[in-house]
Amino acid sequence: MTFLNSLISGLSLGSVYAIIALGYTMVYGISKMLNFAHGDVIMVGGYVSFCLTMYVGMNGWIALLIAMVVCTLLGIIIERLAYRPLRGTGSLAVLITAIGVSYFLQNAALLIWGANPRVFTSLFNGMDTMHAAGGQLTITPESLFTIIANIVIMIVLTLFVSRTKAGKAMRAVSEDNGAAQLMGINVNQSISLTFAIGSGLAAVAGVLMCSAYPVLMPTTGAMPGIKAFTAAVFGGIGSIPGAMIGGLILGIIEIFSRAYISTELSDAIVFACLIIVLLVKPTGLLGKKVSEKV
Amino acid sequence: MGTVLTVDNINVYYDAIHAIKGISFDVNRGEIVTLIGANGAGKSTTLHTVSGLLRSKTGDIEFLESSIAHTAAHKIVSMGISHVPEGRRIFQGMTVEENLQMGAFVAKKDRIAHNLEYVYDQFPRLKERTKQIAGTLSGGEQQMLAMGRALMSDPELVMLDEPSMGLAPILVDQIFEIIQNLNKAGTTILLVEQNAQMALSVADRAYVIETGRITLSGTGEELAKSDEVRKAYLGG
Repeated sequence: MTFLNSLISGLSLGSVYAIIALGYTMVYGISKMLNFAHGDVIMVGGYVSFCLTMYVGMNGWIALLIAMVVCTLLGIIIERLAYRPLRGTGSLAVLITAIGVSYFLQNAALLIWGANPRVFTSLFNGMDTMHAAGGQLTITPESLFTIIANIVIMIVLTLFVSRTKAGKAMRAVSEDNGAAQLMGINVNQSISLTFAIGSGLAAVAGVLMCSAYPVLMPTTGAMPGIKAFTAAVFGGIGSIPGAMIGGLILGIIEIFSRAYISTELSDAIVFACLIIVLLVKPTGLLGKKVSEKV
Repeated sequence: MGTVLTVDNINVYYDAIHAIKGISFDVNRGEIVTLIGANGAGKSTTLHTVSGLLRSKTGDIEFLESSIAHTAAHKIVSMGISHVPEGRRIFQGMTVEENLQMGAFVAKKDRIAHNLEYVYDQFPRLKERTKQIAGTLSGGEQQMLAMGRALMSDPELVMLDEPSMGLAPILVDQIFEIIQNLNKAGTTILLVEQNAQMALSVADRAYVIETGRITLSGTGEELAKSDEVRKAYLGG
């Protein structure tokens, strides 16, 4: 039974990573930059939701919706103010700026909400944990909903990029920015939309994660951000199904390492697996080989 | 006739490199105009400047009597200029159909079905391959897709950059036949070619570009007979 229980926790944690990884992978795909501030947007989503439920007494689900709106706007603003002016300059400048934005968000949170950890009230407070197999198998509502949310998000997002005009435009910009402009696609708009979607999903990931692991601090987003980035690279950065598979595998490896090997070593094992995958397949599991443009 | 495109004294730089040194030319409605010249002379740079991917420091570019020198590239497309870039640059990971849909990004909704039919009419090969991933097409088919994609937006002016590049001679003939057909159907064409012989044979007028400057101009026929052009571009 430990095996099944671990598998469920692993899938649940992996789903959080997958949802965060989507933001990394989509933004990388379209603007070829690593948005290291993405993890901190998760934290902002958590705090917004926390404040609305705690101080305003709002229903958790409505608070989640508002947190999504706030993070969506935050993502658009970050792109507009910090990254867009640097487009076309070296990738190093953009990378350093992204790290700067990350520190800015963490310290702004420190200023607004203080350093003390807050206890987050689960979105699923009041729902019962399900038991099966004579009480040995437990499924918390947090796990269940996180896994379902991940599946729904993947399906909706896949349909969005393959069926809608705006989604196809995003793919076109990802493939060839210049050619996309020659089609009449507004590249700035496409990139804004990508940041908006990624950041809105970060809010969802933040609330789901804080529901399962209810401690909220200004640095809460940092570690899951790095893990999700790892998941995105693991699955092949730029690939949406890659982010999902990378996230799930990472979550499962992490939980199984904790359950069967060692809690302390779990992160080391996760990153060792990443290194092995990249040694064998440098583009990640589902990554495409990018051919040089002539 | 009427002038469709007027390029007036443009100067384009790549950082410190002065790539285009005061080029001026015009294209009239219904014409095929070609820019010929050696590799690196500035032909592609000129087209990129017209379509707004690069900017000129001086002068002006007028399209249908409005200045587009400072207009965003994506808006220039909706004004009626389609640019088939060098190397085709089709969306390799998308299907043939999706590529054509991207070409119709700025087209009016009620025109898309009509334009698609027109493109499939001009390029029957594409119709057989609608669901195929564009990256798996042959070179000739990719060129047809790039041209078809450019036609999806109902352009007034189509700019073709090296459409014959890397194609077998029989395909080059085919592509040039299609260019002439498009022109007969009413599309104005600005053609950039290294294959000067082919380009001059279909062009109404031509300009020779050398190291960022226009050195000769005239009708296609005149230039094809000119000694200088024959020596430099037609192999004697």
